[in-house]
Amino acid sequence: MSSFASIEGLFYLAATIAIVASLKVVTGKNTVHALLYLVISLLAVAVCFYLMGAPFAAGLEVIVYAGAILVLFVFAIMMFGLGIDETQNAPQSRELSLWIGPVLLGVLLLLELIFVIDNSELALQLNSQVVGSKQVGMLLYGPYLLAVEISSFLLLAGLVAGYHYAKPEHRGGRL
Amino acid sequence: MTEIPLTHILILSSLLFIIGFVGVVVRRNTLFMLMSLEVMLNAVGVAFIGAGSVWQEADGQIMFILILTLAAAEVAVGLALLIRMQRRYRTLDIDVLNQMKG
Repeated sequence: MSSFASIEGLFYLAATIAIVASLKVVTGKNTVHALLYLVISLLAVAVCFYLMGAPFAAGLEVIVYAGAILVLFVFAIMMFGLGIDETQNAPQSRELSLWIGPVLLGVLLLLELIFVIDNSELALQLNSQVVGSKQVGMLLYGPYLLAVEISSFLLLAGLVAGYHYAKPEHRGGRL
Repeated sequence: MTEIPLTHILILSSLLFIIGFVGVVVRRNTLFMLMSLEVMLNAVGVAFIGAGSVWQEADGQIMFILILTLAAAEVAVGLALLIRMQRRYRTLDIDVLNQMKG
């Protein structure tokens, strides 16, 4: 128990979950199931970030990656109406086996998170090596200000390109 | 000083990156290729965060934030292109696009 209860043991557990979930993403047949596994993979990586002493990055990973980008994927899948051609390849049974994988990995991650929060000794250990959001913010709006401006250009370009490519043909003419 | 050795962090990062790369190369469904790209970008983020945590610097997290921005913009453009492709060709198979002329 003592070897498992260290930060290292928890990190290896989360890393294994991330790798397994990523493998399932790449080898998946059904789009929506692969997306579920991608969420699990991102959450596991967020736990890794937390254990590495970067709670700010872990929060960003959950909010932006698992919260925003993956929702974008879900919207796109809904627009494609992929239910027809993709699910033909997937196993037909609507039984436990379809969603047991993501649920199992997710429950494992949840147990690990509860364990980390509950264990005050671990929390003390983590606090000593944390790189907080204050440091990140001061650096971000100090030496890296130009990079922030450039990334805002990038986001604007993404917005314009997304609007331009996805608008209906009859309104925009040819591509 | 962190307890997790940098070597293991980098091994995790490379494993995730290789998994994503194999996904991009092997899969023919464009949506799966985009998802594998996400896995690859995420792996790079792991490497940056790990290095930043080993040297106790905030620069790694800043690079991660920039990667996050890049991933968001890339996914927006990629999914919009996919919607256009689905409308025109009624499929997401990347091999359909071999008729493109510049």
